[in-house]
Amino acid sequence: MELTTVWFSLIAILWIGYFVLEGFDFGVGMLLPFLARSEKERRVMYNTVGPVWDGNEVWLLVAGGATFAAFPEWYATLFSGFYLPLLLILVALIIRNLAFEYRGKKDDDAWRRRWDICLVIGSWLPAVLWGVAFANIVAGVPIDADKEFTGNLFTLLNPLGLLGGLTTAALFATHGAIFVALKTDGDIRHRARATATQLGLVAAVLAVAFMVWMQVKTGDVASAVAFAVAAVALLGGLAANRAGREGWAFVGTFMAIALAVGGLFLALFPDVMPSTTDTAFSLTTTNAAATAYTLKVMTWVAVVFTPIVLMYQAWTYWIFRKRITVAHIPEPTGLRPEDFVDAPATARED
Amino acid sequence: MEVLDIARWQFGIITVYHFLFVPLTIGLTFLIAVMETVWIRTKKEEYLRLVKFFSKLFLINFALGLVTGIVQEFQFGMNWSDYSRFVGDVFGAPLAVEGLLAFFLESTFLGLWIFGWDKLPRALHAGCMWLVHLGTLASSWFILAANSWMQHPVGHTYNPETGRAEMVDFAAVMFNKVQLVTFPHVIMAAYMTAGAFMLGVGAWLYKSRRPQHRKDRDLHRLTIRIGAWACLLAGIGVAISGDFQGKVMTEVQPMKMAAAEGLYETTSTAPFSVLSIGKLDGSEATEIIQIHGLLSFLGTGDFNGTVEGINPLREKYIAEYGQDPGAAYFSAGDYTPVIPITYWSFRFMMGLGMATAFGAAVILFVTRRGRRVQPGRWVAWAGIAVPLFAIFANSFGWIFTEMGRQPWVVYGLMTTENAVSPGVSTTEAWISLITLTLLYAVLAVVEVGLLMKYIKKGPEAFHEPPDVKVGGNDDDKPLAFAY
Ligand code: HDD
Ligand code: HEM
Ligand code: HEM
Repeated sequence: MELTTVWFSLIAILWIGYFVLEGFDFGVGMLLPFLARSEKERRVMYNTVGPVWDGNEVWLLVAGGATFAAFPEWYATLFSGFYLPLLLILVALIIRNLAFEYRGKKDDDAWRRRWDICLVIGSWLPAVLWGVAFANIVAGVPIDADKEFTGNLFTLLNPLGLLGGLTTAALFATHGAIFVALKTDGDIRHRARATATQLGLVAAVLAVAFMVWMQVKTGDVASAVAFAVAAVALLGGLAANRAGREGWAFVGTFMAIALAVGGLFLALFPDVMPSTTDTAFSLTTTNAAATAYTLKVMTWVAVVFTPIVLMYQAWTYWIFRKRITVAHIPEPTGLRPEDFVDAPATARED
Repeated sequence: MEVLDIARWQFGIITVYHFLFVPLTIGLTFLIAVMETVWIRTKKEEYLRLVKFFSKLFLINFALGLVTGIVQEFQFGMNWSDYSRFVGDVFGAPLAVEGLLAFFLESTFLGLWIFGWDKLPRALHAGCMWLVHLGTLASSWFILAANSWMQHPVGHTYNPETGRAEMVDFAAVMFNKVQLVTFPHVIMAAYMTAGAFMLGVGAWLYKSRRPQHRKDRDLHRLTIRIGAWACLLAGIGVAISGDFQGKVMTEVQPMKMAAAEGLYETTSTAPFSVLSIGKLDGSEATEIIQIHGLLSFLGTGDFNGTVEGINPLREKYIAEYGQDPGAAYFSAGDYTPVIPITYWSFRFMMGLGMATAFGAAVILFVTRRGRRVQPGRWVAWAGIAVPLFAIFANSFGWIFTEMGRQPWVVYGLMTTENAVSPGVSTTEAWISLITLTLLYAVLAVVEVGLLMKYIKKGPEAFHEPPDVKVGGNDDDKPLAFAY
């Protein structure tokens, strides 16, 4: 296989890893107001992803870095072209990450409510926008002879793009609901399972419509197979969820997202960003790639270190494998206002 | 303003902001790992109390370092797309490797550390913090290698066909001679900053007259002394490594050294002015305090060495790179950086940094064994000033380094002017600059507020954490450190 193909596949894998992992922590954030009925339940939800959300997000950073290194032209055109949506995603990720870190730092309802809002908005926005972005990348956008994107924000908000956005949002929410059902116990677990069933139907309809549209527009045999298996995995997962088999349900949505994203990359190949202006201007795995030398160096690094990373990430999930219930949640550890009422100062010694 | 100016302002603001948090993260992970190890070894309660206390402060700080880092990585493609096209082959590799080697390590093991107090055996738990620290060092290594390449491009060739710099030797990029002097300087500066932070927090609590802090005076004295030692020792390391850096810099970027002093003509036994007044660009400076031969020493290692001046260097650059902005793939009319900025940022870096180290030495002296210290007002002031000085010394160092390289973005290869994204509109650039700056301003207020509150609360009483086997799970116990 050519190195450019290897790197195209690796980048596809990084994005798949990002969406299947951060997909569920987006989902947990999106569903916070709908699944949790009490403060303790909200904290249960935060803690289901507590130890892992940061590691999940690094998949995005590595996907970005790998694109920069392996396909500099792709990175340059994509990031400067999709300027405002990416800015929105950045803002969303910032407020969302801080919600995780700062929410529990003060024992104060108003403070917590503010960070909850940040988490919810910060999870919905990227869940939708990544779908919009990927639908457009695969379907093609106006790119000129200088490899510059010539559209604007509204070019991206076309029907297919919007359908893509709704699809990822619905899929991530379902994935998140099933994750909550898998990781918790008690009322919230039952609520999450019921929600997953309802959301799952919406997600299934949207996802099938989106994949069919994509397939008709740019697909080939390989992508058709991936999309078909994705649909089957999703339906299987939903059936498992109804049957109360949460582990299998999670495998189902996990595989569905992985295969759907995989299908998009298969439909994209060998382009990386097709141009709708003139196919001669399309960015491809060859004309956007770095040199063979750089790709070779990077391949070595990836071959050696990716398995190590996968091993210790898997180990983390194993360490934190137990279900969490409201009984596990300690009293708030954050600061209370009375922590700052000055105790009367004693007389100075000096 | 044009997109170029907006993008430069954004880069400056966003990066300096990121680097307010980074030195503390690098340094505090080290100090926390050391203290946790000492606790495991000696079972002295105070060390565990310090670990718990400083890890809270560290996490508040870490969160902002993390979120601002994400912006950094996107920013190259968003605002500097022509730069990304031109250098991606060389510059992208360290960035990607950083993610794979460093960020995964940091984030995964930090998650384990935070949530693992009652799930991991003690040694393994401390090991997680050591791995986080290793991650921060790896992260610095790769990002600094990328930056050093911009300061002194090596290990690449220019390919006229593709119009870009292409990597031919990865090892040369990783072990660039600029990198070899920059890395120790930055890491030492980070340890110094974290030490200054501990010193400051300790001093503040020491002078506090609240009863809960008064009874812990011994603990605060320990905090002060750990911080002060770290600050002083690392400060010496910073000065030594900075000296090496000066030599390498004079060799690879003579213009930067000339600009650091506002030295217009080539001079031997060049003096270093600690303070001067006159025209801002130094062209008519009246030196108030001047140290004979010091600039020569900084640049060449010899008090009588010759330092090239700005004027002859400019002539040389024009002869080498041409004057026509449209020419070839680089362009520039003038090769002089903005002198007032380089002049003052260099002085502020050294001045604030040396003041920090001096403060640490004084504090060590007055808190020495057998001495009962009466906390006067000055202790509180030192507690505030020392950490701030250290942090701003870092900012000024970077402002000097990066502004001193201008007009080049990649020295000798590409100017900043040519690096900016051609497709981005002024409106878009403004939206981005304003959004991020406002958001960052709000976050700064939130973070400082939280930090102050947690510092005021002070370390908590000692609680022995359970000692468990790997993966041990007590099903009904509340979670440690839950959100
Ligand atoms: C606490 C922070 C701190 C302190 C006290 C110092 N520095 Fe520094 N310095 C930095 C923090 C820093 C920095 C922020 O970390 C920089 C920016 C880029 C870099 O490599 O390190 C830097 C850059 C930097 C450079 C520019 C390198 C280049 O552009 O290639 C030189 C020549 C020095 N330093 C020299 C010194 C000397 C001689 C010092 C004192 C004796 C000194 N620094 C104190
Ligand atoms: C964290 C420490 C750093 C700080 C505080 C910093 C700060 C700055 C500043 C103040 C400028 C000058 C802005 C101007 O000339 O208008 C600049 C320019 C630049 N720096 Fe750095 N920098 C840092 C590290 C890096 C690193 C590690 C890289 C690359 C990996 C980098 C890449 C650039 C680029 C591309 C520019 C050109 C854009 C411009 O001129 O604004 N910087 N940086
Ligand atoms: C302009 C170039 C830079 C880029 C693109 C960049 C990128 C990033 C990113 C993406 C993160 C978040 C990692 C995570 O999610 O865990 C981060 C954090 C970090 N960066 Fe930077 N960074 C830059 C400058 C620097 C410099 C110059 C240093 C050190 C010398 C540095 C050291 C760190 C460290 C230690 C962290 C982890 C600690 C923390 O999150 O606070 N960075 N950076």
